[in-house]
Parts: sequence; structure tokens; C-alpha cells
Amino acid sequence: MSFDRIREKLNILADAAKYDVSCSSSGGTRKNDNKGLGDSHSSGICHTYTEDGRCVSLLKILLTNHCIYDCLFCVSRKSNDVKRAAFTVDEVVELTMNFYRRNYIEGLFLSSGIFKNADFTMERLLLVCKKLRLEQNYNGYIHLKTIPGASDELIKEAGLYADRMSINLEMPTEVGLKLLAPEKSHADVIKPLDFVNKQMIQLRDEKKLIKHVPKFVPAGQSTQMVIGATPESDKDIMYTANAFYKNFALKRVYYSGYVPISNDTRMPILGTQPPLLRENRLYQTDWLMRFYGFKVQEILNDANPNLDVDIDPKLSWAIRNMQHFPVDINTADYKMILRIPGIGVMSAQKIVQARKFGKLRIDQLKKIGVAYNRAKHFITCVDSPYQMRDYQGTQIKAFILAESQSKYLKTDSNQMILF
Amino acid sequence: MTYIFDGSLPGLLTAVFEWFERKPGKVMLKSINIFQPEAFAESFTVLTASEKADRVWAGLQKKLKKDWLRKFYCSYLSEIPEAYNHLFHFACYIFQNPAGAESNYGNENVIALSKYAKSVEREKHRMEAFIRFQKTGDGMFYAGIDPDFNVLPLISNHFKNRYADQQWIIYDLKRKYGLHYNLINVEEITISFTNGINKANPAAVLMDEKEELYAALWKDYFKSANIVARKNTKLHVQHVPKRYWKYLTEKQLT
Repeated sequence: MSFDRIREKLNILADAAKYDVSCSSSGGTRKNDNKGLGDSHSSGICHTYTEDGRCVSLLKILLTNHCIYDCLFCVSRKSNDVKRAAFTVDEVVELTMNFYRRNYIEGLFLSSGIFKNADFTMERLLLVCKKLRLEQNYNGYIHLKTIPGASDELIKEAGLYADRMSINLEMPTEVGLKLLAPEKSHADVIKPLDFVNKQMIQLRDEKKLIKHVPKFVPAGQSTQMVIGATPESDKDIMYTANAFYKNFALKRVYYSGYVPISNDTRMPILGTQPPLLRENRLYQTDWLMRFYGFKVQEILNDANPNLDVDIDPKLSWAIRNMQHFPVDINTADYKMILRIPGIGVMSAQKIVQARKFGKLRIDQLKKIGVAYNRAKHFITCVDSPYQMRDYQGTQIKAFILAESQSKYLKTDSNQMILF
Repeated sequence: MTYIFDGSLPGLLTAVFEWFERKPGKVMLKSINIFQPEAFAESFTVLTASEKADRVWAGLQKKLKKDWLRKFYCSYLSEIPEAYNHLFHFACYIFQNPAGAESNYGNENVIALSKYAKSVEREKHRMEAFIRFQKTGDGMFYAGIDPDFNVLPLISNHFKNRYADQQWIIYDLKRKYGLHYNLINVEEITISFTNGINKANPAAVLMDEKEELYAALWKDYFKSANIVARKNTKLHVQHVPKRYWKYLTEKQLT
């Protein structure tokens, strides 16, 4: 192959794939038992980080950026005037193997524009996976896009070779999607997500009866929503995410702040900053739902349809619910300790283990890793100073904001500093 | 009272044995490399004895689960002078208390070990991520590193399982030893570099003809994957601290 041509293709097709934010390589269970190349690492490995601070663990490329669709939010839309390219199956295989051998990557993330039709595209993707697994003895990670509309047989076969499969919801609500991509609907996404999920459940049940069942999408499924291109509220977004976690047992939902790529008046204009802070707050909410035992309705509801900008959602919940605080660190339930601002999962676990050996003091909490300056407003322990008065939630918020500096607030003052 | 040991793991375990034999009261454990005699303090030199060390290790194995034995070993590999003293007191504390004492995170030695172990595991994970092999003309995949802690023993299996069909060398330039996988098993090696050889980046003449090509493609890919509108240098440097840049193909200018 000609080096310059490959180089050009890689630039075009990596550039077009980068708006897919998922780069996780965790959850794989493939072992290198054929003396081949590659072995999965259960928690995944980020091999490097781009200058925007996002992790790079997979070679994330499109097979081609030719596409028959014209979705407004997508760089590869039919009407967009960009250079087009397509990899051959062998080129993708060779790139993946050689990058993996040098420890550049954990594996391959393969997506594609839709050329001709869904089945034709899915077949090509499947071919890459089969070549890697069957001819090259490759056991590294493969994240494969499910192409909506592809036949069940193709999707089922792909699931045998991929570690993770995903389909993007794109817009958090059907209305938003119809606005920017009239040819698409959420139903197109739901059908294959549901199909793959049912296959996974079926194989899990069979595993109880038969010892050796083939692996099928061992790292599960994920999806992605674009944030800020259409006017949905945080509540709309997180309720959709919550429903997808519940209904299709998704491993992850990704939130991607919209980076303006089009002059169309239905969307934010070119040069608008991507909503990074909002994206961050949504991920925090996602974590609270998945690891901290919060129900989405507790954080977002009709009274609070959007997340606070100046404080994180956990602190925000605590301030709205001061009747639960202060919590006694030495007696409270693990679940309640998890809800205290300034205490994470690791600290909470250490606290419940350590307090069996004696009541805990402030200095011990600090060593355990509690962010004490934040947590002190919500806890009592053996040597907590006596509080003369009850503070209102709003007062506590003011205390915390006064002593912390948000990383999103760039030095905004034109005020001269004299001393 | 100061106990002085030779810096080896068996030496450290022997010190624990000796303490229980003599019960001399409060003791500080120091490695011989950093020991400075003090005028009014007594000291005792521990003579490493493998049978004593084995008994202490067997004792720890009975009292601790796998995860804590690993934390103990990782803390030792940190090579931090204060860590030896914490390890010594941790072992004594474990033997003097009923099973389960290691989950007392209010104890200073317990919390110290869990912190050392965390740092060492983080460095281990970083090596698994940041090592970049270069393919030489004879088909060997080579990487030179100088990790903060002595993590080669911890990463050996990871690379052996992963790169089972290629020969590789990972060489710790700071501690002057390395690992060589010969398609069957991993051996410890030392290389005597002749003057003028760049250990971290072997000269281009020694390289496989396609090495430069893939390095260039990887650098291109790294650039293409970046979204300029989201530039966040602070976060970038937090994830990839500057001291690791010398390993990273994508961070080299030429």
C-alpha cells in the first residue's frame, strides 16, 4: 500500500470518527489462550490522552465517511463538502495489528457511514472483525457500531466477535432528532439495542445449563446523545438515559457536548463554545444514578428541570434536603454516608470498615480521603465542634462557594489586583 | 532503637522476626543505604535469614487475604525509605491483633500502606499504558523505561499474556535490569550499553524498515483525534504528566 494514501485516509477517517466519545476498553473478558496477540484488561487502559484531555484507548476510525444520510449534526452528512475516503478491510486489519503490537492501543473502534444500504455496510464491518479474530488470532478489544436497519443475522454474528456494540441515540428526544435528522427515529435505535440485549440474556441463561457458550458482546452495549444542539432540558436528557439504562441494560450512556460544525440556523452557530460544564454536570448525575444509589427523580424533577451550574448535583441535592443532615459518621447507614457531599465510594467503604475498630475522629476522616471542608457541613463525628445554630442550605452553599474555585470559571475579573 | 536491614524483602521480614524474638520496645526500621548513625541512639543490624523471612511471610499469608498481601508487596516495591518502617510496623500490628485488623483504616500504618500501594499500582498501570515498543531489525519489540517505582515485577505477566506471539524487551534504565520474553517465558536480563548508544531510543539504523511508518501514522492519528474547540491543556497534562512524555511516540516532535 502507498504510504501517503494510507496517511491521507487515516487523517480523514479518524477526524470523522472523533465525535463519537466512547473510548472505553473495559469489560472485555477475552483471554489470550491461542498464543495469539492481545489479552483484555478488565478495567481497560487509556494509552494516551489528546490535547483536549480525552482518553485514547482505541483506534477509532470510520470504515468510510461516504454516507447516504443527511443528518444535520454529523460531519459526514451527504450535503457536507468534505473529502471522502474509504479503507479496505485489509488496511484496517493491518493498522490495528501494528498499532496493537507497539502498545499504542487497546483495540479497534470501528464505525462507518452508510454506503449503499445498512446490510452492505454491516457486512463490511463484520468482515474486519472476522479477519482479526479468525485469521490474525487477535484477542484485543473491538467496539463495533451496530448499523440500524441491518439484518438480525448479521448483528447476531457480529456480536460473536465484538466486545462491545453501540448505537447512538444522537438526540435526547424524538422531537429533537426529527428536527435535525428527519429520516431517522429513536425506534430505529431501540430495535437493534433490544435485539442484542435479548441475545445476551438468552446466552446468559444457556450458560447456566451448558458449560461452553460462545462469548456474545461481553462488554455490553452503550449509546450516545448530543447535548446542546437542540433545546432539551437536563431532565429530558437524564430521564431518557435512565430509561435506556433500565430497559436495555446499557453499560454506558455518553453525553457529547455539541461542537458546532454547520451553518444551519436550527443549531448553535459556528464558533459557539461546546457546553463543557453542562456535559460535566450530566456525567456527575449519571454517576450518582449508577454508583451512589440516587434515583433520577431525586436530582431532576419538575421543580428542578435543570442542574445547577455553580455546584455539583450531589451538593445541590443535599442543600435541598437539609432535613437528612447532619449525618453521624459513626452510626449512619452506608447508603446515607454515600450521599454526603465530599465523600466518595472509596471513602465511604473505608469509613464503615474503620469504625468497627473505634469511633472516628476528624483527622482520621481526612487521612481516609474525605474532602473535609465540604463534608463538615453535613456530618458529625466524635470531635466535631459544637454547632450553636442550624445553617440554612443557602448559607452552606455560600460558605462552600466562598472557599472553592470552579475550574470552569476562567479568571473573569477585569479588576486589578493591587496587593 | 533503630533496626537496620539490607533493603531486601527477606531482610525486612527477618526484622519482624527479630523484633518478636527480642521485644525491644519501640523500634524504627531503616534501610542500610540511608542509615546515619546517631550519637545517643542504639541500633541493631538485622542479618537477613531466609528461613526466618519465610516463616514471617507464611504467617502473613495466614492472617491476610490476597489483596492485602499484594498491598504489602507493592508498598515494598515503592522503595520509599519511610515505607519500610510502615511495613515493619504494619506486620507487627497484624500479628498482635485478631484477624481482620487490616481493615482498620483509622490506623496510621494501615492507611499508609494503602496509600503506597495505590501509588505503585498507579505507576504500574501507567507503564501498561505508556510503554511504546519499537520494532528492531531482528524483529524484537523494545521499550526502555525509568518508572518512579520498581514495577517491572508487577507488569511482567500483563505483557507476557498480551504479547504472546512476539519477542519483547522492557528495560528499566534507572534500576539497570529488564525483562525479555522469548516466546516461551520471561527472563530477567541486564544489558551492558556501550557508550554512545541512546538507550531510550535506539538509532534508526537498528530499526525495522516499517517502524518509522507506523510511528508517523500513530502521530497523525493522535493529532486527528483531538477536537481543537475543546482544548484543555490542564486536563491533558494531569492525565499524561510531562515526565512520561519521553516514552510516548505521539509526543515526539520528529
